[in-house]
Amino acid sequence: MIPACPLAALPRGEALRIETDPPIAVFHTEDGELYAVDDTCTHQDASLADGWLEGCEVECPLHASRFDLRTGRVDAPPAKLPVRTHQVVVRDETVYVVPSDLPPNLPPGVRTGSA
Amino acid sequence: MKSVAIVGASLAGLSAARALRAQGFGGLLTIVGAEAHRPYDRPPLSKEFLAGRMTTVDLALEGDGEDLDAEWRLGVAATGLEQGRSLRIALADGSAVEADGVVIATGAVARTLGGDLSGVHTLRTIEDAAALRADLDAARRLVVIGAGFIGAEVACVARTLGLDVTIVEAAPAPFARALGPEMGTALAGLHEAHGVRLICGAAVRSLTGEGRVDGVLLEDGRRLDADVVLVGIGARPAVDWLDGSGVKVGDGVVCDTGGATSVPGVVAVGDCAAWFDPALGAHLRVEHWTGAARRPATAAQTLLSGGAAVPDALAPPYLWSDQYGMRVQFAGHTLPGDEVSVEEGDLASRRFLAVYRREGRTVAVLGVDQPRSFTRWRRRVNEPAGAR
Ligand SMILES: Cc1cc2nc3c(=O)[nH]c(=O)nc-3n(C[C@H](O)[C@H](O)[C@H](O)COP(=O)(O)OP(=O)(O)OC[C@H]3O[C@@H](n4cnc5c(N)ncnc54)[C@H](O)[C@@H]3O)c2cc1C
Ligand code: FES
Repeated sequence: MIPACPLAALPRGEALRIETDPPIAVFHTEDGELYAVDDTCTHQDASLADGWLEGCEVECPLHASRFDLRTGRVDAPPAKLPVRTHQVVVRDETVYVVPSDLPPNLPPGVRTGSA
Repeated sequence: MKSVAIVGASLAGLSAARALRAQGFGGLLTIVGAEAHRPYDRPPLSKEFLAGRMTTVDLALEGDGEDLDAEWRLGVAATGLEQGRSLRIALADGSAVEADGVVIATGAVARTLGGDLSGVHTLRTIEDAAALRADLDAARRLVVIGAGFIGAEVACVARTLGLDVTIVEAAPAPFARALGPEMGTALAGLHEAHGVRLICGAAVRSLTGEGRVDGVLLEDGRRLDADVVLVGIGARPAVDWLDGSGVKVGDGVVCDTGGATSVPGVVAVGDCAAWFDPALGAHLRVEHWTGAARRPATAAQTLLSGGAAVPDALAPPYLWSDQYGMRVQFAGHTLPGDEVSVEEGDLASRRFLAVYRREGRTVAVLGVDQPRSFTRWRRRVNEPAGAR
């Protein structure tokens, strides 16, 4: 479990990027839900934490594919692959991320430090 | 509508096929494409693919196992469109496709300077990119004619390969047509900082060499040595095949805000189409990825409803360009006389967000390495004045 930030530091409608390898984006939706996905878009090297959060979806800041934060599913090209999702846990007013053990869907040319 | 033929098997054509199926069209779908390839993505051709960081496989636009239940006629061009009881598309191999509805998605072709010297390139297809890369590998000096986005991106890649690069532009500033002179000038510095020589306000008289290009001669008498020349002076819509069809053509196929052409049952999408843009009060041919990917959904509605569907509000044109690792993003359309102001960052650091206004209304936004704020500002383009 990776501590992300105090809950109070992530207001609704905002996103946070944690510098894991690969980085993870944590979103707090307007409805108060918390979600975490890989921060790197599956199309190219863009940070989804920089994207536009609407409902349970984030729109990639570069080419506007939208990812469903609950499932990672992508709605329309250019991204073709879903983004990997992670579990979020709030304990003692702190946001934690439980990283997935599935392989990430990183874009061509982007590698993790370990790979 | 029982059958639809899509002419042009690239981004706009594929997006139209997807949209038709997604909107419940269960009839016969034929996709005609002049290139022998399955649909592929062009933006990487001047970026990652040219740099060798992406392969042909990475360029595929279709998803793994995607099946649109279409008949693909690849490697054969359409040569004409006739209206009769149905619409009839003549193909270059002498055969024909008949359909009740037609989507024109034939895109654009690179403008050339003529002549047949080797070492002179344009960039539109996979073959163009492979040939250009092979020539760059063997060259020392590249001259790019035209300071548009494709030329600038090729210049970037050539610099990383260690070539000596000069860009020649007839207008007083680079990117002026797309970004206006002020912001074009701001981006010029980016290229100069990376060792590219930029010569603006200079017209090309001729290319020199025997058999193979060896230089570029300017109108002012200057001569630039070159082993390779990239001609990046824009593209013209691929609409010659529509001559005599009755489909009205201006700068591209003339369409309304829903993609309908002058011929019933025929819509047009992508780089070949000039849709009416209400925010501008004029027809505008948009040659960017996002429009070619998204507008076909509107055109499919128009086609399937027989023109009865009220088209979705038109999203402003959007383009991006990658230069020296910087993300350039632009949404909207600028005209001479628009006021431009830098709202975030500053020009000197080359990380900024600039807003274009006309009569108090935000008409365009430019972001250089500001994806986060660009995403937010982009939503304000063409809002009525004083909305925020
Ligand atoms: C090198 C390059 C870099 C680019 N970079 C960017 C970028 O960074 N950002 C951005 O927003 N946009 C970019 N673009 C623009 C973007 O790629 C285009 O807007 C997009 O490809 C348009 O899609 P289209 O399907 O309308 O046309 P096209 O992609 O041009 O496809 C048209 C297809 O129709 C076929 N065709 C033509 N005539 C016929 C005929 N008579 N019969 C049958 N088939 C025919 C052609 O062979 C072609 O396959 C770039 C373009 C190029 C070339
Ligand atoms: S980088 Fe996200 S859609 Fe292209």
